[in-house]
Amino acid sequence: MNTFYNEILIDHNARPGHHHAVPGANMVLEGVNPSCGDDIVLQLKVEDGVILDGGFAGDGCAISRASADMMLDLVIGKTVEEAKRLSSLFMKMIREEISGEELEELQEAGALQDISHMPSRVKCAVLGWHTMDEMLEKN
Amino acid sequence: MNRIDQSGLDIGKIREDFPLLDTAGLAYLDNSATSQKPLCVLEAEKDYYSRYNANPMRGLYSISVMATDAYEEGRALTAKLIGASCSEEIIFTRNASESLNLAAYSLGSFLKQGDEIIISVCEHHSNMLPWRAAAARAGAVVRYLEPDASGELKVEDLEALLSERTRIVTLTHMSNVFGYLNDIRALAGAAHRFGAWFVADGSQSIPHIPVNVRELGVDLMAFSAHKMLGPMGVGVLWGRAELLEKMPPFLTGGEMITKVTLDDCTWAPIPHKFEAGTVNAGGVIAFAEAIRYAERIGRDKMALREQYLTDLAADGMRKIPGVTLIGSEKAQDHHGVLTFHIRDVHPHDAAAIFDADHIAVRAGHHCAQPLHKYLGVPSTIRASLMFYNTEEEIGLFLETLSTIRERMGCPKIEE
Ligand SMILES: Cc1ncc(COP(=O)(O)O)c(C=O)c1O
Repeated sequence: MNTFYNEILIDHNARPGHHHAVPGANMVLEGVNPSCGDDIVLQLKVEDGVILDGGFAGDGCAISRASADMMLDLVIGKTVEEAKRLSSLFMKMIREEISGEELEELQEAGALQDISHMPSRVKCAVLGWHTMDEMLEKN
Repeated sequence: MNRIDQSGLDIGKIREDFPLLDTAGLAYLDNSATSQKPLCVLEAEKDYYSRYNANPMRGLYSISVMATDAYEEGRALTAKLIGASCSEEIIFTRNASESLNLAAYSLGSFLKQGDEIIISVCEHHSNMLPWRAAAARAGAVVRYLEPDASGELKVEDLEALLSERTRIVTLTHMSNVFGYLNDIRALAGAAHRFGAWFVADGSQSIPHIPVNVRELGVDLMAFSAHKMLGPMGVGVLWGRAELLEKMPPFLTGGEMITKVTLDDCTWAPIPHKFEAGTVNAGGVIAFAEAIRYAERIGRDKMALREQYLTDLAADGMRKIPGVTLIGSEKAQDHHGVLTFHIRDVHPHDAAAIFDADHIAVRAGHHCAQPLHKYLGVPSTIRASLMFYNTEEEIGLFLETLSTIRERMGCPKIEE
């Protein structure tokens, strides 16, 4: 009966804190994962190299939603550089190369650690992060 | 409602024939994707490769003759299975998709600018994309037949689309999403009244119900061995001999000619004209064994058993709040195909929970994206049954299904 749908993930999916539009957002990007049909639109408000606010809209599976929500919990208030570093830590976690200390930095997003054993769902977990990376690269 | 299993089959004993059912430790409910295979089928293939593997059709020595005979016996058994007029009407391919590509490429070569092809919205991508490509090559027009809420393709609706411009109608006998068994005989009759050819996709029907192509009155019909206890890598295209004789080859090369010179060639007679290159003899020989196995069990009994299991599962699903079955409300219209969604739960999350409970179901668009768009859902979950499934497996499936909303943190539905 054990699934990787732990309480943290379930909670971020059922009650996401950032599933809303962002007033004054100056970066918007759609991320699509054809395998689950996940389709999220990520919005960020970035000023002077700092992510002041963020939110997401759209539909997706629990993993893509929860992952995007946990990501926003982590990166709001951080600098763009810091957000990129966290993103690379998240990818390290997915590749199972992360150290214990690094994992702590990811806070609740570490709840997705076991997803690396489900190759078909990795794309869902990284959708939000990839979308953010792409957005930050472009700007 | 089929409350009792009237098939009289000893399922416990039958399951011993299927190594995977014994060892994988899961409830396998993805039979529409591919069925499991009995040991005798695996052994037939092994026996071929161990005792008489040689390139069929070419050899002038004993084991090549044996291989050829066994391969052709597979063709004869397949012909008998679907009521073909003669063995030559059976063309072996890799799978139903290749059969449909062959059909679309070859029959499609007769199309002219402005001609029309009718396809249904319910088609598997394999019975849609090859025809669209054929239409595009010829400058022909594709028109879409829509199903009703049960998933039925209605003759009246087809008649409304038919005209003297219609050259080809290609429809599924049984949809892999709805499980509804279409009245192909009536649909083909309507197409023929307008002088159009009728192609049927039998990928889901032939594995589960007795089918006679001549009684159906179709011109071409495709299906795959792997969905009916046979190995992967063997598909069938049946066609009326007179039509196949007129159709140009799809793939060219070895084994499909009578004579080749530097500037000319004549095609071999059917079916060889359509079987270029070395054939999958081992696969066809294993498929022949699958046909014999199903006959030993009794295809009518298998269908009865599947009906009973479908009733059991559909009945249980109806009682679970938040679960919606796609298609007909009547269980007997589903033929073991139960496609559904769960309110507030993404199908892939549901499938992952089933997987954690060792139940194999499918989630996604089931190679029918246009149909899902038409139904207004991005994806669905599908449980599909085979006669070897058990009451216990259905029980486990229903038990997990009833816990999914709660396990995904969804609020309780007040009834
Ligand atoms: C209705 C239908 N048509 C065609 C196919 C294609 O079969 P295959 O993948 O064996 O070519 C399938 C199987 O997925 C199917 O369900």
